[in-house]
Amino acid sequence: MSQTIPAKPMPEPSPESRPYWEGLAQRRLVLQRCADCGRIRHYPQPMCPACHSLAADWVEASGAAVVHSWTVAHHPFHPAFRAELPYVLVTADLPEGVRLLAQLRDAGAEALRPGLELRIDFEDNGEGLTLPILRPATPA
Amino acid sequence: MQLANKAAVTGVGDTDYTRDAGGCSALSLQLEAALKAIGDAGLAPGDVDGIVMPSPTSPVVAEELVTNLGIPDLRFSTGTPLGGAGPVAALQCAAAAVAAGICSHVLLSLGRTGRTGQRIGSRIQQMPQFRTVGEFEAPSGALAPAQYYAPMARRHMETFGTTSWQLAEIAVTTRQHAILNGNARMTTPLTIEDHQASRMISDPLRLFDCSLESDGAAAVIVSAADRARDLRRPRVLLAGMAEGHPDSPSAITQRGDMTRLGLAKAAPRAFAMAGVTPADIDVAEIYDCFTYIVLCQLEDLGFCGKGEGGAFVEGGALGLHGRLPVNTHGGLLSQAHIAGMNHVVELVRQLRGEAGRAQVQGAEVGLVTGYGDLGDGTLAIMTRG
Repeated sequence: MSQTIPAKPMPEPSPESRPYWEGLAQRRLVLQRCADCGRIRHYPQPMCPACHSLAADWVEASGAAVVHSWTVAHHPFHPAFRAELPYVLVTADLPEGVRLLAQLRDAGAEALRPGLELRIDFEDNGEGLTLPILRPATPA
Repeated sequence: MQLANKAAVTGVGDTDYTRDAGGCSALSLQLEAALKAIGDAGLAPGDVDGIVMPSPTSPVVAEELVTNLGIPDLRFSTGTPLGGAGPVAALQCAAAAVAAGICSHVLLSLGRTGRTGQRIGSRIQQMPQFRTVGEFEAPSGALAPAQYYAPMARRHMETFGTTSWQLAEIAVTTRQHAILNGNARMTTPLTIEDHQASRMISDPLRLFDCSLESDGAAAVIVSAADRARDLRRPRVLLAGMAEGHPDSPSAITQRGDMTRLGLAKAAPRAFAMAGVTPADIDVAEIYDCFTYIVLCQLEDLGFCGKGEGGAFVEGGALGLHGRLPVNTHGGLLSQAHIAGMNHVVELVRQLRGEAGRAQVQGAEVGLVTGYGDLGDGTLAIMTRG
């Protein structure tokens, strides 16, 4: 049966985003930083919207995050995710000034409220792609 | 040059809205609606000299309409690729073209076989507007509009105390209007309890918070206001129009205030152009891909303050005899998902007094909105004139 399930959506990295995905493969969340004005941006893109520089370098995220919002996926929009339903997708504020969207582990949506402290971790998606995930900062 | 009242909607047409158009092509559906709209305006197909396609990524292109309708001299052709904000953006585009004298009668055509062709929910992964979320969010399991939009609704609930019951009010009222329409897919009454019992799609959005997948087409003719005076139907003037794009238009996740849509930027411009305020609006057709999107737009339009939308919609306030009749045709939630072209058609019928059992008595000033992709907003204010 398993070979009849289509693969999960996989990223097609651009020149700008390749370091992001290479960082995740090493279980590091790296964020793009303008090499001229220092502003951190996410998702990766060619130009700094503040100073319009095309030069960028990368900084590793601290690993801290707090809940901004969330949803719980119940409907199988993609067959490859059916077995994981229901799963919680958290939108989290990072202290670096950008947000992360990732699945929640070790807690259910009933534990969530805006401002709840989380920490970033990493997980293989079962098909060889390392993705960020979020866990409560303090175990329940 | 001011665009206010330089153009009018002179013709509208639509097909039957169905779950499955029985193998009809999107092109044949669009041609049926286009012929009706052209006839409604009192024009012949050869009078059309402009085409704006509100969904230029659809399988139908303007050249096919020209070929089939036998349009001899098309002077203007473009598209407004803003998803569900496209039809209202196309009104502004067509108005600008006729006001500038480029052409006189512009056909706007949108039709789909949403179910029998490709499902909307799966098609977005191929759309360039969704490339950013496709790369950075889809791998984590955020794959469909319901999943991208639900965090906006959850944030609104957590910040302002908005409830699922309040979202249900929108679904229930919209269904009541669909039942009166005569060309709506959903015709059985819906209660708040039915809504609350419906299965969760992407929390907090339940099944009855979501719009339909459907087949059908709708078309509109926009004419120069001075040319419209001689045509068959009462003129419906395009008094105010605007387009607005949200911060972080490619990813809701990165939007500073995710409870504010592009419409919040467009609304003051359109009201100022029309010289009216929200208090002057007799009827509003508001893009309703999801119930929450209606609630948020009511706030962004200025009918109530940010965070007050939940209380605003309570108690049947959006019904025909409520404080603001909304989606008098049944909307995308209960009439059909024609990407909001059906909202444009309905507003014109309301302002002409042709809306049948759902007619808002004495409707003279109305508005129609569009909402597309990850928060683009469009607005047109029309007046009977």
